[in-house]
Amino acid sequence: MAASLYGIEQEQKAIWVFLEQESGVLERVSLELLSKGRQLADQAGWPLTGLLLGHAVAPLAREAIAYGADEVVLAEHPLLSIFTVEAHSLVAFSALRQGQPSVFLLGATPNGRDLAGRLAVRLRTGLNADCTDLRLMPETGVLVSEVSGFGGGVLALIEMPHHRPQMATVRPGVFLTGQADYGREGRVIRQPVDLTEALVHTRIVERVTGQSVDLTQTPALVVGGRGIDGRFDVLRELADLIGGEVGATRPPVDEGHIERERQIWQTGVVCRPKVAIVCGVSGAFHFVVGIQGAGLVIAVNSDPHAPIFDFADYCVGGDVFEIVPALIRALRDVREVAHA
Amino acid sequence: MPDLHMVVCLKVVPKPEEIRVDPETRRLDRTHARSEINPPDLNALEVALSLKDEYGGRVSLLSMGPPFFEPYLRVGLAMGAAHAFLLSDRAFGGADTLATTYTLARGIHKLGGADLILCGEESSDGATGQVPAGLAEWLDIGQLTLVSHVDVDPVRGVVRGRRNLKGGYEILEVPLPAVVSVRTASNEPRFMDYRIKPWAFEEGRVTLWSRADLEVDETCIGVAGSPTTVSGLAQARRRERRRQLLTGTPEEVGRQLAELLLPRTAID
Repeated sequence: MAASLYGIEQEQKAIWVFLEQESGVLERVSLELLSKGRQLADQAGWPLTGLLLGHAVAPLAREAIAYGADEVVLAEHPLLSIFTVEAHSLVAFSALRQGQPSVFLLGATPNGRDLAGRLAVRLRTGLNADCTDLRLMPETGVLVSEVSGFGGGVLALIEMPHHRPQMATVRPGVFLTGQADYGREGRVIRQPVDLTEALVHTRIVERVTGQSVDLTQTPALVVGGRGIDGRFDVLRELADLIGGEVGATRPPVDEGHIERERQIWQTGVVCRPKVAIVCGVSGAFHFVVGIQGAGLVIAVNSDPHAPIFDFADYCVGGDVFEIVPALIRALRDVREVAHA
Repeated sequence: MPDLHMVVCLKVVPKPEEIRVDPETRRLDRTHARSEINPPDLNALEVALSLKDEYGGRVSLLSMGPPFFEPYLRVGLAMGAAHAFLLSDRAFGGADTLATTYTLARGIHKLGGADLILCGEESSDGATGQVPAGLAEWLDIGQLTLVSHVDVDPVRGVVRGRRNLKGGYEILEVPLPAVVSVRTASNEPRFMDYRIKPWAFEEGRVTLWSRADLEVDETCIGVAGSPTTVSGLAQARRRERRRQLLTGTPEEVGRQLAELLLPRTAID
């Protein structure tokens, strides 16, 4: 078996978390990983380290410490201000070679995946992608990653006994963000950066960023599936009325009826709304996982045998385009009475 | 610049809607599932074929898997690819991302390299999307992931694509050769061309390469080359729901639902 660049003999018993930032704001998934990492580190008695790359991002190190990091390895350079896989993988690789942590966690965001895929090969180690849970065996320091299998109700547990670091990516929303404590003490370690433009081959021709929806934070979710034939208008109306967001399963996203960032679970998001109203969704397992954290699930489907009804608190067998408008009218009636 | 050589990586996967979970064992039952080319890979193939239509060159198909993949690869040939290469050896089995990307990289090396290597965003079975970055690392070349609107500039020798960001997008360019992962559903893959279908199903269109053909490091392939092991299968936690049926006219159901929603949502 081919060995990783550093192994169990050289590892430092520590958990590292990649702190992804965009324009000086930490990604929420990084805070979620700090919370989970803190929990694992406490169980094992290990330190938790954040790896922060960027340009003029030092204040974020403070924030990472408040969210649970014991120390932050900070690498700042103008060429790290916008993510390119060459610059970020070079700097992260040299930090990991020096720190030799036992565990390295990243968010399963587009940039997190790019970086993880590169680094795992460069370090000749394994990568557990899209984990749904993480455990650390206290005696052995082995990370057990849980991943959900192909559309099925089976969860696989994956370990890498001989390779380090034990790398894993986790989707946004899988773990909860903890409370920030700005009284927490922590240490910032500056990582020297040796980057030149010649090392970065990616040219950013154009870049536009803005506000985006964050379904992981919405209190109410109205989800449309294949059965609504792309007619999201009435679902949007309901979502607006109850202060929520519209989500979708994969088929309407693939057919271009709605943006991919609104897709639940698969390459999508994990949500914890108080209420999920699920319309025209058959109930494939990977979708059901995505709404597992919902407080209350209401399913509307014209097929009375749709599997989704097994995963719902309230089940309505009927036409979405009759039921949802009737619900909107009922909610409006109540509102008018309340305002009268 | 001479002819553009594009390699499209294809995986054959069981159709997800035909996979069942055995209610007793909770294991996946694939016995009744037919296979297909991983649908996102067809988006990658479509990009390659469109670039060929525009700039000339040729498209090769590359896959790793058992010999039964062969007829599926011929579908790609009937869409317009020139030749298919199937990396097939029992010793390749059980590969995780590290071993898979190593083996694919050896296949590309054996092909004499390529200007552009195109992959789907992710596979419908594994769905981790980690192959493109790993492949680019083994080949030590650039990458563009999750992109649409892929175009090459053969004069400057670069590939460009549009990548969605939170609330926006970026247009990125990297020098050739490069690995590109194509955003799922970003184009409409063409159908098989029935004029070339008979050609695609002739002998000799698919070349099988074993580990001996690829001159691999035996410690880097299959189970031996895979750092990760499956240590157990857990039953999916299933949260028990009430499963209460609501009945009545749409108006009656609407009122019942409104009563459920009112205490839980912010209705102004």
